[in-house]
Amino acid sequence: MNLTLKIWRQNGPTDKGRMETYPVSGISEHMSFLEMMDVLNDQLVRDGKDPIAFDHDCREGICGMCSMFINGEAHGPGRGVTTCQLHMRSFKDGDTIYIEPWRAKAFPVIKDLVVDRSAFDRVIQAGGYVSVNTSGNTIDANAIPIPKPDADEAFNAATCIGCGACVATCKNASAMLFVSAKVSQLALLPQGQPERDIRVKRMVEQMDKEGFGNCTNTGACEVECPKGISLSNIARMNRDFLSASLKGE
Amino acid sequence: MLESKIPQGPIAEKWTNHKNSIRLVNPANKRLIDVIVVGTGLAGSSAAASLAEMGYNVKAFCFQDSPRRAHSIAAQGGINAAKNYQNDGDSTYRLFYDTVKGGDYRSREANVYRLAEVSANIIDQCVAQGVPFARDYGGLLDNRSFGGVQVSRTFYAKGQTGQQLLLGAYSALSRQISKGKVQLFNRHEMMDVVMVDGKCRGIIARNLVTGEVERHGAHAVVLASGGYGNVFFLSTNAMGSNVSAAWKAHKKGAHFANPSFTQIHPTCIPVSGSHQSKLTLMSESLRNDGRIWVPKKKEDALAIREGRLRPVDLAEEDRDYYLERRYPAFGNLVPRDVASRAAKERCDAGFGVNETGEAVFLDYASAIERYGKTEANIQGIDSPSKAQITELGKAVVKAKYGNLFDMYQQITADNPYETPMKIYPAVHYTMGGLWVDYNLMTAVPGLYAAGEANFSDHGANRLGASALMQGLADGYFVLPYTIGDYLADDIRTGPISTDHPAFVEAEKSVTERINHFLNNNGDTPVDDFHRRLGLIMWNKCGMARNAEGLKEAIQEIRALREEFWQKVRVPGTGDQYNPELDKAGRVADFLELGELMCVDALAREESCGGHFREEHQTEEGEALRNDEEFTFVSAWQYTGDPSEAKLEKEELVYENIELKQRSYK
Amino acid sequence: MSNKGLFPTSLSKKYAMAATGLFLCLFLVGHLLGNLQLFIPGAEGKEAFNAYALFMTTFPLVKVLSYLTYFGILLHAVDGILLARANRAARPVRYAKENGAANAGWSSRNMALLGTIVLAFIAVHMQNFWYVMHFGEPGMYSLASGEEVKDLHQVVMDFFGPANSMAIAAVAFYLLAQAAIGFHLWHGFASAFQSFGLRSAKYTPWIERVGQAFSVLVPLAFAVIPVYLYISQH
Repeated sequence: MNLTLKIWRQNGPTDKGRMETYPVSGISEHMSFLEMMDVLNDQLVRDGKDPIAFDHDCREGICGMCSMFINGEAHGPGRGVTTCQLHMRSFKDGDTIYIEPWRAKAFPVIKDLVVDRSAFDRVIQAGGYVSVNTSGNTIDANAIPIPKPDADEAFNAATCIGCGACVATCKNASAMLFVSAKVSQLALLPQGQPERDIRVKRMVEQMDKEGFGNCTNTGACEVECPKGISLSNIARMNRDFLSASLKGE
Repeated sequence: MLESKIPQGPIAEKWTNHKNSIRLVNPANKRLIDVIVVGTGLAGSSAAASLAEMGYNVKAFCFQDSPRRAHSIAAQGGINAAKNYQNDGDSTYRLFYDTVKGGDYRSREANVYRLAEVSANIIDQCVAQGVPFARDYGGLLDNRSFGGVQVSRTFYAKGQTGQQLLLGAYSALSRQISKGKVQLFNRHEMMDVVMVDGKCRGIIARNLVTGEVERHGAHAVVLASGGYGNVFFLSTNAMGSNVSAAWKAHKKGAHFANPSFTQIHPTCIPVSGSHQSKLTLMSESLRNDGRIWVPKKKEDALAIREGRLRPVDLAEEDRDYYLERRYPAFGNLVPRDVASRAAKERCDAGFGVNETGEAVFLDYASAIERYGKTEANIQGIDSPSKAQITELGKAVVKAKYGNLFDMYQQITADNPYETPMKIYPAVHYTMGGLWVDYNLMTAVPGLYAAGEANFSDHGANRLGASALMQGLADGYFVLPYTIGDYLADDIRTGPISTDHPAFVEAEKSVTERINHFLNNNGDTPVDDFHRRLGLIMWNKCGMARNAEGLKEAIQEIRALREEFWQKVRVPGTGDQYNPELDKAGRVADFLELGELMCVDALAREESCGGHFREEHQTEEGEALRNDEEFTFVSAWQYTGDPSEAKLEKEELVYENIELKQRSYK
Repeated sequence: MSNKGLFPTSLSKKYAMAATGLFLCLFLVGHLLGNLQLFIPGAEGKEAFNAYALFMTTFPLVKVLSYLTYFGILLHAVDGILLARANRAARPVRYAKENGAANAGWSSRNMALLGTIVLAFIAVHMQNFWYVMHFGEPGMYSLASGEEVKDLHQVVMDFFGPANSMAIAAVAFYLLAQAAIGFHLWHGFASAFQSFGLRSAKYTPWIERVGQAFSVLVPLAFAVIPVYLYISQH
């Protein structure tokens, strides 16, 4: 197929940036979206032009590195997929495709479609862990039975890949889905209980500090999340934060 | 001479005795010592976190934008541990035995035993961190079975075990970062190791965002930079996975051990066209319930390939369940090398089932029926109809493997609940790596290698669910202890100055190489060379190798390398984010490593595990080892040219396991 | 912190929006019950409505409630404006192409706009009646109890009746405002519960259904009044 790509080009963090148009041809419907980008970049390099910088790594939907806002949606029109899992069969010959970086104050652009998501790392550093040192003498893994529904729900929350689609897609650039997924995972497990209150307070504080917007419950994040992280995690975090705040200290 | 430093005494006591006898660094002195960890996968993150918890000052480096993106994240199936929760007779010894046997008797006994010994601690540690492993209805941990073993010892979190374990290690790392004990350098690539007075004292790293070349000093350096499967271009590795850190260490004196030992994983989604940039693994856990087959008759295979016959319409008696036929005892759960070769054998013989003739079926129809019947019994449905059984069975399969099936459907647009999946082997893991002694130190003092980057535990073939086990064993439970023995000498050294001429020299050569790429004025993109290298490697140093092909490959790679340095085009500049430049450096190293792999494969005149030399096989086509002459680790020393690398042999001594021809029949 | 304003964290802002929002829902119900007396015809209706107006302006508890309501509206509006500003600041560069309809409802994406319309309506509405009642000089009415009060009933009748040459415009504006309230509630009602973390597989579908019913029925009932008053007097 032949396509027209409208791609955000930005030479560096301080460059103003602009949309540029690139025609591509000979695209197979079996290609993944990123393979289509490879074809374009190969051509740009051969033509002596600057190829388009984009983040990608595992190309199997789990590392969370790829991050393109395609035709107005995070990771494009597919549901439950990352950009690397989006295949060209989702498009038609002759289509015009808009490709933009994640847009958020907390995710500054590094180059073209590459953004800096270290704000997410700092949120996790603020409390997204259980304070347990490495030791050959922690208690046996089966010493505390965990009800299967809790374990499963914790797992579902823990499947977040930290790609930032929730922020990118939220009209407020809010990071609530990401933050609440980690808060929820640990709130659901017995191991997370000792730090439950302090964790949610610290993580929310860090989230605010990073400049993410406020959640207005539009639910867009859940729809666009490639891992289907549920809004119930946000509710759980709201509940936990309220209860932690009411306890004072 | 390589000294493996295996402790004396009975195998079951070696590790405990060793831990009791090695030197320690007291807590106050640990604060005076800096350690660099390159790579933040399972081994790197766990090592960095554990070292920081102990009190060392750690600098952690990763080329990705976050430590959490390391490719350990993509491991699907699970992690082995000798917990014997299933009461099926598992034990440390059995895990040890299975691993050595699975590795076709080319691994170091003492290391493997230690691995089996600490495996149970890993599960405890991860659960304490909040890793949500799968549980049964009683709230206890669930297990499943993997290839090459006859017990259920694999712990898992759906098809995302690697992700959950890595996020656990990442959270431990994050905690230390927040305390300031670990300094994180993301989007940084290690460009070289720096040697001062015969010891490794730091690295040169490049900030991939600003292009700045930086010097970082430390008392010891740990490389946990993963494997080098991307030398094949097409592999299940991430696009960024590379050998560069290990290769730079090799060039500075670390031996590269068993480079040709590559694991070709049997259950991957077949190549669909020349545009392909990477291959996707379907977890080995699928072989628990899936049955692998090709048509018995060539004309049926042809009909399926041409789309004239639907696989579901082929009668049961016309199907060849070749793994069950050849290996009745293990059936579809033979080790990976065996399963991969068997698939290649059938496809080479003309029974392949897709357009390229390079695919076999992985069929869930009988599993769906079996589960459906059980479920009907559970739900008390009397004489259920076939449709009912299928529906119930599909639901069970969906619960167990749903995410894998979805992934398959996304990539191929085929519905695996309705038609058998097509799979073919693909490069997945590299057993070879930097040679390390029992303490995980390379031949270079102060330079350590952990996880897939070292060679030590898997011999010539790794068993499923053992990579996660090894990465975490090295990082949580081995390296943090053994490194103290070396660092005990450094408590009075003081901070390492990066003004030393060795740092200046190393930085200069890094900068020169970068400038060479940028000013080369070639006309061919980096990927072009990478693809061509991959093709040479896959065809001549892949699932089956022979002397003639390997010799050709060596010449072809040398020629390609020369062409690369002349013709490669790297656009952009060195002072900004420039992924093409990063790639160029990595492919340059692959072009040298590939040659060494062929040299190694050529030198090893036997077949073992993933290394299959066509000249050395049994009448039935099984790998034929030559224990008399080749019970050793090939450790290659760099001399300036991969073909001139010097071979040093570490003899493997088997005191606890008898060397036998592997049989899974 | 970037989330400065009335509240220390982004979450406390949410709680405030949710709490004031739900309180204002209760107010709507109370207000509607009072307004329904406008359907009572003739002198009986006049008596009932004016008695109700007197009660609303003099009974101490109602006075407290009404101040709470003013405060609630003010807080809800100010907090909402601050939220909207912070949220815009969180995305300094907009997308060239954004397909919001693909993943979220229209109401949820336009709460600030809807809220602004509602706020404007409240201002106009208060000018129309509350201001006249407090500072204007409408005709007087003697209640059955003998008390002399300003004839609010007549004010309302005249506002939507032939006495007001702009009555048709007034009706249209009031209808528009009710539609805005309806859409605002369509998202806001259930959203408030989510903000407090009141969510479960069992109850959330009910909360959503009640919210939808509320957001249709209440504004509809409000909207019928001006239409009825207009038609019945023309």
